[in-house]
Amino acid sequence: MTTNSTESTKASVNIAGTERWVTAFVGGGLATYGLLRSPAPGNALSGYAMTAAGLYLIFRGATGHCPAYSALGVNPAIEAEETSQKLGDVGIKVTHAVSIQKPIGELYAYWRDFTNLPHIMDHLNSVTVQDGTKSHWVAKAPLGRTVEWDAELINDEPNKVIAWKSLPDADVINAGAVTFKTATQGRGTEVRVEISYAPPAGKLGAIIAHILGEDPKKQLDDDLRHFKQMMEAGERPTTEGQASGRGPDKDQVK
Amino acid sequence: MKALCWYGKNDVQVSTVPDSTILNPRDAIIKVTSTAICGSDLHLYNGFIPSMEKGDILGHEFMGEVVALGSAVKNLSIGDRVVVPFGIACGNCYYCQHDQWALCDNSNPNALMAEELYGYAPSGLYGYSHLYGGYAGGQAEYARVPFADIGPIKVPEGLTDDQVLFLTDIFPTGYQAADNCGIKPGDTVAVWGCGPVGQFAIQSAYLLGAERVIAMDHIAERLAMARDKSHADIVNYEEQDNLFETLKEMTGGRGPDHCIDAVGLEAHGTGLGNIYDKTKELARLASDRSNVLRQAIQCCGKGGTVSIPGVYGGFLDKFPMGVAFAKGLTLKMGQTHTQKYLAPLMERIQKGDIDPTFVISHHMTLDEAPAGYKMFKEKTDSCTKIVLKP
Repeated sequence: MTTNSTESTKASVNIAGTERWVTAFVGGGLATYGLLRSPAPGNALSGYAMTAAGLYLIFRGATGHCPAYSALGVNPAIEAEETSQKLGDVGIKVTHAVSIQKPIGELYAYWRDFTNLPHIMDHLNSVTVQDGTKSHWVAKAPLGRTVEWDAELINDEPNKVIAWKSLPDADVINAGAVTFKTATQGRGTEVRVEISYAPPAGKLGAIIAHILGEDPKKQLDDDLRHFKQMMEAGERPTTEGQASGRGPDKDQVK
Repeated sequence: MKALCWYGKNDVQVSTVPDSTILNPRDAIIKVTSTAICGSDLHLYNGFIPSMEKGDILGHEFMGEVVALGSAVKNLSIGDRVVVPFGIACGNCYYCQHDQWALCDNSNPNALMAEELYGYAPSGLYGYSHLYGGYAGGQAEYARVPFADIGPIKVPEGLTDDQVLFLTDIFPTGYQAADNCGIKPGDTVAVWGCGPVGQFAIQSAYLLGAERVIAMDHIAERLAMARDKSHADIVNYEEQDNLFETLKEMTGGRGPDHCIDAVGLEAHGTGLGNIYDKTKELARLASDRSNVLRQAIQCCGKGGTVSIPGVYGGFLDKFPMGVAFAKGLTLKMGQTHTQKYLAPLMERIQKGDIDPTFVISHHMTLDEAPAGYKMFKEKTDSCTKIVLKP
């Protein structure tokens, strides 16, 4: 019994070191920010949601246990060493994968040209490539402001992997990697993206609201969906601006 | 332009809305010459389909004349007369390339919403809720057609709107229902529901080699149509004490080789099962009524196929899984891969193998559409199919 309980205590810590304290820190910020938000109608709910999300992250950081990781059967603590070598060990990490019915070379080439990324990532204003490995990223922030950072290419194996990391003094410390793999016969190419980021203390409010978004996983999901749509269909499906019998009020029924 | 808009349960109105415009390079704008009200539009009218928004333009069965083209559409010209399949599909993804157009990965702008409910998202549809993309429909003077370079089919000279309009949905839907049965010579197919999709399923079953089709409904004129126009043996289920025994008797004790549920989530019916469904639905404990599906599974002969063109949206209750398992049934279902069937069925119409106009009971103007919905819902004036001419 004792042995078992010791094991289960060990097993319940499934968040690696830096991620654990950054999680708690960001959680505290989120919770505070959520509580401080103006309780104006319409804002109240997202404030509560943010507070709840923050409290969850504090719990996650304090206990070193992530219920989501457990549920997924993922233990990044074990894989942390390998990952941190590639990406650097920064705060929040989201991953997502998509299969695209195009040859690996075409997909690699599109992504390798970072200036394409604003076409699929709506939160980016622009990416300019400065020299072989350095690039400058400008992302949208609330109230028409922007956040900017320089990034460097830290891994580039044609048709396999592209990885980047922000340089020191970035508004948002972040790193990302995209890997490409030919899927089983006739299924195109599997594209997997992992992005990690941690905002610095001073600009926490604004940056959290924007860069972390309300759901960073969803944002990455959207980005990869747009990538697939652009590569396969050549355009992103839309209904924005189409005819409807709606006035200015957009009542949802049922 | 004028368009038929949804404002709530039992509330559709013709409104003046902004004109349809090109939004993407692969778009076209069609001046609608004919558009029909589908039985599945009644699910929207009756408030069964979630994620509708006030002001949504309805209609997924429409055809017309090309009046504007996006820069990437090279295979159509202004003035072309086209039929538009009700499912929107890109033509490039894995599913489109494998003739599973209704599963297109790239045509549903609200894919995430659908994924939250269904795990993976189906293709976009015209005028069929935001879960299916929120696209404006074709019960309007003009309609925007995305991926116009891949979906619409040009109408050959000499065919009228009424002859080809149902290629948009109900003819391919009935045909796919029969196709999914894998009919072999000598087979008997039982079809629940003698609405337009049921009628096309009956005729398609014959086109695909069925020996005999048994058609069931409770509306006398629909049964008469199934008998006289579609050449089915008919059964009024309301007059049966035991439908299972009736079908067993009619098939020499074997049961039908295949069963088609051309009714879907708003099944009427008799008996305890139906009362149970209605009660649960009223209490919001179940979203779909499955009386027909239960019967189809119960009545189907061993090793048969239950093919389901009828629409379902949510959860079913008291699903007879043990029956399906014991008899080794195959269940096939889903929205229609319309693009797969457009060309071959257009050819069938041209050759005179089938004349789809037989289902039409009414022609109306777009302005009369709200009255048409009410009539179609209440099945008054022997209403089986309404074609609108905007």
